[in-house]
Amino acid sequence: MMNIMTGAAIRARGLEKRFGDVRAVQGVDIEVAAGELFGFLGPNGAGKTTAMTMLTGLSRPDAGSIEIGGIDCSKNPKAAQHLIGVVPDESNLYPELNGFENLCFSGALYGMRRDERRRKASELLELFGLGAAASRKFSGYSKGMKRRLVIAAAIMHNPPLLFLDEPTSGIDVESSRMIRSLLSDLHRNGVTIFMTTHFIDEAERLCDRIAFIVNGLIVRTDTVERLLQPVHGRYALNVSFSDAAKVPLMDLERAFPLLEFHMLPGGELRVESGEALKTGALVRFLEEAGAEVTEAKKRVLSLEDVFVEITGIGAGHMQKEKEGRGRR
Amino acid sequence: MQAYYLKPPNVSWGLLFPLAWTGMFLIRSGQDSHSLLSVLPGMIALSVLFGTSSMLAVAVTFEKKAKAFERLLLSPIPLYLLMLAKTSGAVLFGMFNALVPVLLGFWFADLSGTDWGMAVPAVLLIAVVSTFLSLLLAILATEVFEVQTLSNFVRFPMIFLCGLFFPVSALPLFLQPISFLLPLTYGVDILHHAIGGEQLLPPAVDFSVLAGFCLLLFMLSLRSINKHWIG
Repeated sequence: MMNIMTGAAIRARGLEKRFGDVRAVQGVDIEVAAGELFGFLGPNGAGKTTAMTMLTGLSRPDAGSIEIGGIDCSKNPKAAQHLIGVVPDESNLYPELNGFENLCFSGALYGMRRDERRRKASELLELFGLGAAASRKFSGYSKGMKRRLVIAAAIMHNPPLLFLDEPTSGIDVESSRMIRSLLSDLHRNGVTIFMTTHFIDEAERLCDRIAFIVNGLIVRTDTVERLLQPVHGRYALNVSFSDAAKVPLMDLERAFPLLEFHMLPGGELRVESGEALKTGALVRFLEEAGAEVTEAKKRVLSLEDVFVEITGIGAGHMQKEKEGRGRR
Repeated sequence: MQAYYLKPPNVSWGLLFPLAWTGMFLIRSGQDSHSLLSVLPGMIALSVLFGTSSMLAVAVTFEKKAKAFERLLLSPIPLYLLMLAKTSGAVLFGMFNALVPVLLGFWFADLSGTDWGMAVPAVLLIAVVSTFLSLLLAILATEVFEVQTLSNFVRFPMIFLCGLFFPVSALPLFLQPISFLLPLTYGVDILHHAIGGEQLLPPAVDFSVLAGFCLLLFMLSLRSINKHWIG
């Protein structure tokens, strides 16, 4: 799959979308270079899917402009749809057709010849581990199988630009791994990928650049390396208490001047340092000060901490969403 | 076809209902060929109307719910072409439905005087206009039963107002203008003309108005899709 785009694959300026009084997307600017794997990261309700439906032509922006592969799509959303493949967060294939038929139908929508789409459908079914289920109805597939087939359908016509909305959300581990590996392969072959996710570790692993979106606004866009710079080589310790009100924060800062202390939402204390932390001394100090420690967990700082720092959304909130979506 | 034709709402409203009415009128008319010929246009129109509207309600609504319609909207096929393709299945189904009263007509009456060159295009245009009318209603609803209910608010009055089983001229004066606002009136008038019954207007006028309704309803449907599904 060769990348036939040059310059910006996606260029959107001032995108806005309102649903009644709710401003789902507010003045969003997005620029994705050809061949880039771009992550759109934020909690549920942040505006990720709304932004993506505008970029793919499924909804019209209330304001702003969109260019896909250099083609102006603001007035005519269908102008660049031949260049894109879309994987929505919910399966959108025909339940009554089997896997092979669904793929052939998808190919036909993009003008593929009959022999070409039959060959490609067979290839993709094998690639996605669905060869044995090719003649089974789509309605009989598991969640993971459905997601894999939807991705296969999206790349039937070899699009140079692929949009994915939460591709690994709510599916089994094996399918998630397969999908991530496939995305990496596509990326290596020059396909431009725009992916929304609320899995921070996934975005960190896969993406070249990430935009953090919260309440319809992009709060930061940067490469993964630059986003991680403030936390690179830093260590953290998360300490939980039976009663967070008894944590002597000022005494801690005086006793351990080289360490940084932050009280997190939920009453956890986070301790950060550029060197490996000595947990014993810290816990003893806290206990002697009357704060009963229930747990002390060492961590290496990651993109999740950067995300929490920049957006103000607690890591616990994103974890709850991860669990709520059934990720295992 | 394999997905939608045997769905219960299509079977009940699209196949059984017109079959029941056709059977009822056959029994009512007995061996009287003239009586049968006078109601045959109405039976054909009824079969087409219910066949197309039920089929479209099922196809479009189920696809919308399953998000499969989204896949079509994401393809590079122009919207008008997409909707023409989507509705063609319903049009064909409606025309197929029309065969039932026609075949029964052949069996029980003398159709040798029928102008098929006029009747067939009339059936086609009735199927098209009924389909586009149903499409307009289907865009506004989310469930099949909602579309069927909305459609019934339109379909049942048309049975009585469009000259299917008694002439428009027999209606109270205050209702007659409403008949001329309904597309089915013109289609049924052409069928009456073709099968040798009483007609209201010249066939050329009927065909022109019916074609105009088809175009108008299609444009309104496209506009509605752009507003409700893409807007």
